[in-house]
Amino acid sequence: MKKRSIVLRKIVNGVVTGVAGAAAVAGIGMLLWILGVVVQRGITAIDWEFFTRLPAPPGELGGGVSNAIAGTFIITLVATLMGVPIGILAGTYVAEFGRETRLATAIRFCANTLMGAPSIVIGVFVYTLIVIPMGRFSGLAGSVALATIMLPIVARTTEDMLRLVPNSLRESALALGAPEHNMIVQVVFRAARSGMLTGIILAVARVSGETAPLLFTTLNSPYWSLALDKPMANLTVTIFNYAMSPYADWQAKAWGASLLITAAVLIMNLAARALARERRLTS
Amino acid sequence: MTSSASGSEIIVAMPGTRLRQNQKLASQVFRSCAGLCGCSIIVVMAAILFELLLNSSQAMATLGWRFLVTAQWDPVAGKFGALSSIYGTAVSTLIALVIAVPTSLVIALFLVELCPKGLSGFFRTAIELLAAIPSIIYGMWGLFVLAPFMARYVQPVMGKYLGFTPLFQGPPMGIGMLTAGVILALMILPFVSSVMRDVLEMIPPVLKESAYGLGATTWEVTKDVSLKYGRAGMVGAIFLGLGRAIGETMAVTFVIGNDHSLSVSLFASGNTIASTLANEFTEASEPLYLSALVELGLVLFLMASAFQLIAQLWLRAAAVRMGTQ
Repeated sequence: MKKRSIVLRKIVNGVVTGVAGAAAVAGIGMLLWILGVVVQRGITAIDWEFFTRLPAPPGELGGGVSNAIAGTFIITLVATLMGVPIGILAGTYVAEFGRETRLATAIRFCANTLMGAPSIVIGVFVYTLIVIPMGRFSGLAGSVALATIMLPIVARTTEDMLRLVPNSLRESALALGAPEHNMIVQVVFRAARSGMLTGIILAVARVSGETAPLLFTTLNSPYWSLALDKPMANLTVTIFNYAMSPYADWQAKAWGASLLITAAVLIMNLAARALARERRLTS
Repeated sequence: MTSSASGSEIIVAMPGTRLRQNQKLASQVFRSCAGLCGCSIIVVMAAILFELLLNSSQAMATLGWRFLVTAQWDPVAGKFGALSSIYGTAVSTLIALVIAVPTSLVIALFLVELCPKGLSGFFRTAIELLAAIPSIIYGMWGLFVLAPFMARYVQPVMGKYLGFTPLFQGPPMGIGMLTAGVILALMILPFVSSVMRDVLEMIPPVLKESAYGLGATTWEVTKDVSLKYGRAGMVGAIFLGLGRAIGETMAVTFVIGNDHSLSVSLFASGNTIASTLANEFTEASEPLYLSALVELGLVLFLMASAFQLIAQLWLRAAAVRMGTQ
């Protein structure tokens, strides 16, 4: 080894320490910068009308995004109802029945690949699968796209959580004569409950901020529309359309909607984290 | 007396009784349902490939390989060359990696080796929350805050001192390839640094302790021991970031300028596969136009899947080599 002066080595070490600390602080700085801008610009756009009124015609002041708030809620809810049960059962299959079989390995592999698939590609897929045959954009198509994104996330986290449950629990249930499905639902699920819930919340948080898969599945709508088979207003596509518009009032509305979405997503994330921490403390 | 899934008690039936047979049947049904749902993931994966291939077949037949190697994109004239989109995807991802990889490394180093115990949880949560912010929020911030900031403060300085290279020439407009790369870097940073953190934490303490025992400084231990030992994991982290950055849509669409032209300068507008899809998909009225866009989606899906696959296999191999599995 080359001989180097201890002073120089200590200086290099000090510089790297400083740079590393600065990078971490800068990362947090970026987070605060983004959140700060969203809050500062969003809060001025949010008033009572923002929640209760329909969008104003282009160029006119006022109006709100009540239809988009309802639409985002419905689309996400329907996606959750489709994606979560299938995802949980799929994860259960891989963790409890399949384990290391070839089928389970294939499912795991596909789930990992799907998790890495760009969300806009999922949008293209659902467009070809649902929008073309139906002949029009629809809230349902957006829900299917979001459910497709949720499915592998929920399946993988469920599998990971179920694997943490000790085998002795399963064996004691079976030894008592409990049928397999009772063992899984009432013993294994119960032991993994908070972990699974954390995963579900994170999956819902992830899709509720998605825009790309909705652009050409759900589209957007300036009207109050709750029918799943028609284009449906939603917050994220509204942000995109309003931000790209030349009207200052619409851009302000886009910031208001951004604040709403960001707050919802961050609250869900923090809740999931709190839940996970609680689990670590109690177990 | 039947058992219900919501009830807290499990009813145990004697062997051979009717109840026992019902329970067996219920278990069978549960198992089959779970199996079907599991298989649905494979079906979805296959369906995505099938639908993309089917709906892009017209473009493939008409345009052939020219689709991938020409840059002229003129829907009116029926000319579709994806080169500018592919080039833009590659360049913006590359910029993101150049910025994000070293930054992630030092952040991971800070979190694992340097940060005081009490603060590390706070730093971790904050960095991870960066990953939770939706893409469209990055887009809003990028378009209205970062792009003007880049145009006013960063790009003029870069143009002044680095303007002799063709990469940093042209008017500082704010929007363009460079700004898109910066946003992407910020978006993949949490993912890359979290994998790097895991890798650094997997290094056996005894290795590091022996290096410290020989008198090495923290940086020397990291550079010569941790990084060498965890090299494979670091490469896996980079591929993971690559797979993330390549398909990022909304943030890029907001700031890249959306222009189908090839230019060397990073200040110039461009587009990526994802931004082209986001902008043009609803406008595609001609069947060939739509087919070409679906083919773009297919190219993106294959690229992202390939990087995802490499990252997974690589990280698994790395974990095996490091003896954690």
